[in-house]
Amino acid sequence: MALTGLDIFKLTPKKNCKDCGFPTCLAFSMKVAAGGIEIEKCPHMSEENLSKLSESTAPPMKALTVGAGANEYKLGGETVLFRHEETLVNRNRFAVAIKDTDSADVVNSKIENIKKVDFERIGERMKAEFAAFIYTGNKEAYIANIKAVLASGAELAYMVVCEDVAVAKEALELLKDTNPILHGATAANYEQMVDVAAAGKYALGLRADSLEDLYELTSKVQSKDYKELLLDAGSKTIKEAYTNAIQIRRTALKDGDRTFGYPSIIFVNDLAKDNKFMEIALSSIFTIKYGSILVIEDMDFARGHSVWALRQNIYTDPQRPMRVEPKAYSVNNANDESPVLCTVDFALTYFIINGEIEKSKVPTWLLIPDAGGYSVLTAWAAGKFSGSIIANFVKESGVEQKTKSRKLIIPGKVAVLKGDIEDSLPGWEVVVGPNESMQLPKFLKDLYQNA
Amino acid sequence: MAFKTSVQKYQGRIGEVTLGVGEKAVKIGGENTLPFYSFDGEIGNKTAVGMEIIDVAPEGWLDELQTAYKDVYSDTAAWAKFVQDTYAPDFICLRFEGADPNGMDRPAEDCAEIAKKVADAIEIPLVVAGTNNHEKDAKIFEKVAAATDGKNVLLMAATEDNYKAVGAAGGMAYSHKVGAESSVDINLAKQLNILLTQLGVKPENIVMHVGCAAVGYGFEYVSSTFDRIRLAAFGQNDKTLQMPIITPVSFETWNVKESLASEEDEPLWGSREDRGIALEVSTASAVLVSGANAIVLRHPESVKTIRTLVDQLI
Ligand code: B12
Ligand code: SF4
Repeated sequence: MALTGLDIFKLTPKKNCKDCGFPTCLAFSMKVAAGGIEIEKCPHMSEENLSKLSESTAPPMKALTVGAGANEYKLGGETVLFRHEETLVNRNRFAVAIKDTDSADVVNSKIENIKKVDFERIGERMKAEFAAFIYTGNKEAYIANIKAVLASGAELAYMVVCEDVAVAKEALELLKDTNPILHGATAANYEQMVDVAAAGKYALGLRADSLEDLYELTSKVQSKDYKELLLDAGSKTIKEAYTNAIQIRRTALKDGDRTFGYPSIIFVNDLAKDNKFMEIALSSIFTIKYGSILVIEDMDFARGHSVWALRQNIYTDPQRPMRVEPKAYSVNNANDESPVLCTVDFALTYFIINGEIEKSKVPTWLLIPDAGGYSVLTAWAAGKFSGSIIANFVKESGVEQKTKSRKLIIPGKVAVLKGDIEDSLPGWEVVVGPNESMQLPKFLKDLYQNA
Repeated sequence: MAFKTSVQKYQGRIGEVTLGVGEKAVKIGGENTLPFYSFDGEIGNKTAVGMEIIDVAPEGWLDELQTAYKDVYSDTAAWAKFVQDTYAPDFICLRFEGADPNGMDRPAEDCAEIAKKVADAIEIPLVVAGTNNHEKDAKIFEKVAAATDGKNVLLMAATEDNYKAVGAAGGMAYSHKVGAESSVDINLAKQLNILLTQLGVKPENIVMHVGCAAVGYGFEYVSSTFDRIRLAAFGQNDKTLQMPIITPVSFETWNVKESLASEEDEPLWGSREDRGIALEVSTASAVLVSGANAIVLRHPESVKTIRTLVDQLI
């Protein structure tokens, strides 16, 4: 029977010292009961109570920390199957495959692509996080690739994908300061692999031919008392990988069976068979359905712009405000002649618009009224971005004192507001801007030149 | 202990809806599991993949697509036939961009005539989409419904503002299928289905359009709306949400920066065509595993990719 927050609370030291990161022992206990954190995070538990609780309260899905320094990532630790139930916590990560069959030129081009496709979207850095070194028998090339990537200065965490224990050891030696993942424990080699992983405290990936075999293998590894694990969902067919990814996550979270309570690895590149768009399709479905590390063949903006945008949406944290503060923002050092451009306080919209104005280099006042935190059309449809709201905010915000310009640019999607705003703001000229933000730089430059 | 497949049985099932007539008619829905969860039960009919055409020249479209369609787009029926014969999608989605009151404002009568020609020119089912101006769309759908009588067309879509006109014409006076469009909200979706059925449209003649956004542009709401609608339809056996879902992915994904920006404007980003397909494929895959039973796409490469994906998931 699952323990309640109160059951757990009774066994804590009740010191409310906050060392666990929670304001009170009770708050901490509630989180432990919900599977959100491990009981070990309280450093003051008595040995006796700890051993009573650690098995029964361990989160249903283990959270692993892999990589090091700026390239450290958390994987797993999810408590729900659907994002409307509770925020998903640790986003999936992408690993570019570097194979021992890749020529030096291919490896270099992959490294260049990893470095190039590195951008910011809505305040978050987007880049491929891992290199997955894949061994298929050519040790010389394998080791050379690792050295080349390490020397390249690309900011990455690493994954050694290798079933040969001796080669894996050599590879890990090169990567030992980076807390890499070791992937490739099978029924045949797991005893040695566990020893290698345990010696370096590396996360260990397990691989088997079927879900039944994977379950058996995981049980065996767990009984060797190693629990820093990742599970390979298999890459024989798309249907199998999809089924396995769902079964692994569901078995852990719904059925409470910790044998499958680990993050997953999916070799999307193998499933996609060298078809980039299929790789994007699969990366997308496994971003929604339970992939933790997705291995892809290469990186480019087509992949990054689509799949990472999806991931950013799926893993939005409702706890982090998605709104920005209503006020008149100065962009590009707006001065007392700069025009005023109006949008909503939805963070996504703000980041997009702000970015485009910056790109135009035209000094502009960006006016943001309280629009309920909604997108332009949502706010308009909800009555939170009306002519009178905008007109009132032009007055309240004090922007009339900041600039002598009396040009107010509104989003093209709410062109209908022009008349309303002009009626309530004598002396102002309302200019209807384009529908899409990407047309803004040209629009602003033209406006500036004709001013 | 050995592994046992985790199985979840549901009471509810999605209704089955047929689009079009004759040999090439397409059935959608019929599943009693989440998308492609064949270990739980029956996954129903294959997700239908349709292709978008419009009633005017495809001016804002990719150069590659303008070239592919250059000999046919001035005759919408020829365009539809070309798409059917060349790319073999499951259905054609004809969108009346030229009827927008803020644009060319093509009269509803003319739309009806075009729709009829298109329906006569193709064997696969026809889905007709309006302008997003609900008043105008009511007029278009009324006329289109009459002109395409007997073709079992899907009118996409009726909204809270115009469901009476669209439902009465499409679902009652003529026996077409009625799309029920709501804005990313389970309660609105439910309410519109109830209103349409109270009006007299049979549930088996309704297909939902529950909202869409390109990935990165509010898609989190889309994803969760799909999840909640499907879980209510299956788990709570909510009959008012057991209609199949159609999602016009291409209407959204080709209008955002990642697929619009030219190579001159963003030299680092690489091929615009690749980016456009990528966004379309990513969004389509995401709605596919969220529960869409029919998807509208624009680029032939996206159609190929999504169909292969569907074939490999079943
Ligand atoms: C996600 C979403 C929601 C979310 C809210 C998310 C949020 N924080 O806004 C939720 C589920 C809460 C929601 C609710 C509603 N929604 Co809503 N929603 C959407 C959806 C799917 C995406 C919106 C989005 O995030 N867009 C992305 C942002 C970045 O777009 P944007 O703000 O417009 O910015 C772009 C441009 O406008 C431009 N731009 C922005 N600022 C400026 C400024 C200038 C000067 C210029 C030039 C350009 C510019 O640049 C941006 C990029 O191009 C859209 C459909 C769609 N696909 O767009 C419907 C949509 C906006 N919603 C709609 C509706 C009707 C509603 C509701 C009223 C439904 C209801 N009856 O309850 C409610 C309203 C809220 C309420 N009462 O609670 C309708 C609006 C219809 C209309 N034309 O008026 C839409 C279009 C769906 C539809 N087709 O029916 N919605
Ligand atoms: S660290 Fe332990 S004792 Fe301190 S507040 Fe947290 S639970 Fe209580």
